[in-house]
Amino acid sequence: MRVDIVTPERQLVSTEADRVQIPGTEGEMTVMDHHAPTVTTLRPGIVTVSGDAYVVTGGFAEISESGTSILAEHAVPQAEASREMLEALRKDAEEAVDSAPDKIAARQRVNDIAELIRRIG
Amino acid sequence: MPSLKDLKIRIDSVKSTRKITKAMQMVAAAKLRRAEESAQAARPYAERMNAVLSNLARGAKNSPTAPKLLTGTGREQTYLLIVATAERGLCGGFNSSIVRLARYEANKLLADGKTVKILTVGKKGREQLRRDMGDHLIGHVDLSEVKNVGYGNAHEIAQDVLARFAAGEFDVCKIYYNTFQSVISQIPTATQLIPATFDEPEGEAASQGTLYDYEPDEEAILADLLPRSIATQIFTALLENAASEQGARMSAMDNATRNAGDMIDRLTIQYNRSRQAAITNELIEIISGAEAL
Repeated sequence: MRVDIVTPERQLVSTEADRVQIPGTEGEMTVMDHHAPTVTTLRPGIVTVSGDAYVVTGGFAEISESGTSILAEHAVPQAEASREMLEALRKDAEEAVDSAPDKIAARQRVNDIAELIRRIG
Repeated sequence: MPSLKDLKIRIDSVKSTRKITKAMQMVAAAKLRRAEESAQAARPYAERMNAVLSNLARGAKNSPTAPKLLTGTGREQTYLLIVATAERGLCGGFNSSIVRLARYEANKLLADGKTVKILTVGKKGREQLRRDMGDHLIGHVDLSEVKNVGYGNAHEIAQDVLARFAAGEFDVCKIYYNTFQSVISQIPTATQLIPATFDEPEGEAASQGTLYDYEPDEEAILADLLPRSIATQIFTALLENAASEQGARMSAMDNATRNAGDMIDRLTIQYNRSRQAAITNELIEIISGAEAL
């Protein structure tokens, strides 16, 4: 199955893989060959493609017959993800809670980022 | 008739002008390549975003709860025009062509009794529009400190535009920029951002036939993606603009270099002629002096 991770600025990954793990808004999911065509939004988390982990901060994934495309606003290999960058992101998310129309979703985002920070340590 | 010394000085000054324009042309060529590469790299994201959204939008267009970014506010009274130009001049008609198109459409809207608001990106467009559209300018985005436009810049502009839309400041939003065609041709383009429009994917029967599951539901995804798509479209516009600017500068500086060369040739001929005339004169003086003896 074809897996692409694309950001607005460049194509980060384009490879063949037999499984990819995606942090969907409604829960982690693992996509394998012949997955039902799905479009899902992402929450901040880690995408795993055949052993390589990438930190994404949101976006969406399109799963179709031809493969899986992950369109992330910001994505970096896990090794390059810095704590400072994520902390800054958490601060933005926290500040956005008060003005957000959907408070639950905004808080969820803060939690997701905190969880992500904890996971990459 | 200018003296020999004057001519010499002029030739030297045109020569140094030629050096500068030549250098600017080469810098523009190098930057153009980089700008083209970033525009190329940004294409997959924009294309897929467009494909998914046009799929979603087709289904949601007639739903009464569809996001306003897609269906519009129901009125078409106030227009927000984003005019994206360069921060610098010396790039031929690049800035003027965008401004001309924006001004033409703004005047047409004003004649129809619409309200026009203008947000300028880049110093040059602001300078040109301030004269006759000064009352309509509502904001300015300064990119003079930015070396290479990144998604972050586009994201900021998009946030500003979305906040204004949420506050009901306008009904329709369009962005004006130059599409990069080639070094000698950049096309002034207007793209409508709000209400969102999508290019129908061409000949992609496969994706059209696919029925997707949506997680969460279609409208939640749409509401999540539309703001992102606006940022993406602004980003695309900025990248096209960056490439066009360098392309336009390259050909403008190429012309300038060539003109300077022509001018040097002309001045050199004039210089040599007057030098010869001066020598001939001197000879005549000596000969007639000798004959008189």
